[in-house]
Amino acid sequence: MNGENKCMNQTNPYLPEAARIVRTYPLTEDVKFFQVRLVDMEKAISFKYSPGQFAMISVLGAGEAPFSISSTPSRPGLLEFCIRKAGTVTNAIFKLKENDHIGIRGPYGNGFPIESMHGKDIIIVMGGLGAAPLRSVLLYCLDNRDIFGRVALLHGAKRPAEMILREEFFALKERNDLECYLTVDADDTGKWKENIGVVTTLFPLLKDINPSKTFAFVCGPPVMYKFVLKELIKLNIPKNQILMTLERRMKCGVGKCGHCAIDYIYTCIDGPVFTYWDVIHMRELI
Amino acid sequence: MKIVKLKKENLFSFLEAISEEAELWAPVQKYENKHSFQLIKDFSQIDLKYTRTILPPKKLFLPPTFNMFLATEQGYEEDFSHATKKILFGVHPCDIHGLLILDRFFQHVFDDPYYSKARQNTLILGLSCWPDENCMCKSTNTHIIEEGYDLFFSELENDYLVWIGSSQGDDCIRIKPGFFDEDITDEDIQIYIKWQNERDKAFQVDINFVAMPDLMELKYENPIWEKLGDACLACGSCSNVCPTCNCYNVLDKPLLNKDTSEIGRCWDACTLESYSEVAGGENFREKRAQRLKLWYTHKLQAYISKYGKPACVGCGRCASTCPVDINVQTVAKALEGKDMDTFWNRLSKEVTK
Repeated sequence: MNGENKCMNQTNPYLPEAARIVRTYPLTEDVKFFQVRLVDMEKAISFKYSPGQFAMISVLGAGEAPFSISSTPSRPGLLEFCIRKAGTVTNAIFKLKENDHIGIRGPYGNGFPIESMHGKDIIIVMGGLGAAPLRSVLLYCLDNRDIFGRVALLHGAKRPAEMILREEFFALKERNDLECYLTVDADDTGKWKENIGVVTTLFPLLKDINPSKTFAFVCGPPVMYKFVLKELIKLNIPKNQILMTLERRMKCGVGKCGHCAIDYIYTCIDGPVFTYWDVIHMRELI
Repeated sequence: MKIVKLKKENLFSFLEAISEEAELWAPVQKYENKHSFQLIKDFSQIDLKYTRTILPPKKLFLPPTFNMFLATEQGYEEDFSHATKKILFGVHPCDIHGLLILDRFFQHVFDDPYYSKARQNTLILGLSCWPDENCMCKSTNTHIIEEGYDLFFSELENDYLVWIGSSQGDDCIRIKPGFFDEDITDEDIQIYIKWQNERDKAFQVDINFVAMPDLMELKYENPIWEKLGDACLACGSCSNVCPTCNCYNVLDKPLLNKDTSEIGRCWDACTLESYSEVAGGENFREKRAQRLKLWYTHKLQAYISKYGKPACVGCGRCASTCPVDINVQTVAKALEGKDMDTFWNRLSKEVTK
């Protein structure tokens, strides 16, 4: 996967493809869900990606920025993104309505090596908008439920209203083929029936982990990593089986503009997925 | 390799003959002792004795700013207008090595069509040179060039030895066959060897680049970085003048007609504060010391670990450009723990000024 050009446009990787917003609705006060489809039907169907890869989205006149793909390649045709309003490009994206056009380039990045995890146990730890890239892994596991072992999801948000995709995650609690634990740092509604506390307070609920066959996925705000990684190490999960996806400034997505450089690697082509060992080994990653 | 000989007095006539259908770019003196690759209209402008140009040849392949395409509601129109047919004459070995590093970079995984198209449309005619006090190409082993040029002109007493490096280079020779002499005498060879030996002795700087990756690693937390960071002006000049720096920013420039944007590129530098900023204002490298470290990790560590040689070609531009003398030589010396008292004293004076 790494070092392979799977980008849609093989002659000019900088040229976007036109895509249509087919569905959009707010997830929280500042995060919106976007379901988009490439206008060209054939390209829409043949757009191949892995969980953990990202795409560059552009809005005419506002610019371009990288976004992790929240949908799963096991459901081809539509691409989904959870986007937080944070800068010029996202402000412009937020103004768009259904049937409006955006530009898309990609997919870029190494993605999670999910194909090599068949038969393994999966723990997904997400905080806040960290759910955006990890939802792709989660849905991929659920769509291929029989090829994975145990699947556990730990999801934390600051407050109930800030938990993105909460209806989707609540629905998962009904299933008996996966463990779904939800938490909020603080409940300001008085109606929250799940755990209250930071995401690490969910770890005691994970019983009888088989560390050597477990892969852990982590994504969340920078402060979360230190504490979650400590818990995972306590569970004896090998450092190279702890995977995380990182955010950096990117202008090209194809390893040229330099903005995402860390040490001597480029997040956009050598990442954004790294193992905990990479993080220890390379400095500056988190 | 095929080598021929050209009389010095025929050089400009030869350049004139081959540049009928392409722009000729060559070094001209812009200010006192400051040179620049410029479009040549009058051959007397060409300065064959220049040491280094202000900007390296990269400016002709990826100009400081240029448009990649026009974006409209209907689609995209690619713009390759920067990639005109060019002949670039007078390129020194270090700068050819710089282009070879850029070639590798811009063709890695994804081919950058804006670079590649301009590269394909440009003939590189190299020229031998003589080092000054800032030249480090012997240390970087880039004072010798074996590939990356179409023709290379080594200066003898009354002639040039012309090394033919490509099929297009050979085609150029055929335009004026009468100018070229295939008979290279023993005397010519002796002159060439003598020149080479004397040139090699003329270098005033000697840096052990092989030791740099380990030193960078071992001194990653060393206070020298804070000291350098305190003095650094974060002006980005070192990146602008470096032949292997290639970072850029992307610009979306809406035209007055609201439905159209020019999507362009402009040079960027990792030493600038905004470089590693992400949405929401978070900055991964807020401190100048962190940014300087990234610059030097790239030049002195990463590339050596990956390809066995530094991403520095020894051109000396950082040394002749940085207003506070932070450059490959001073940083390498600081890493080696050499006596730097005068340097630090001067730096702290600059800082307190």
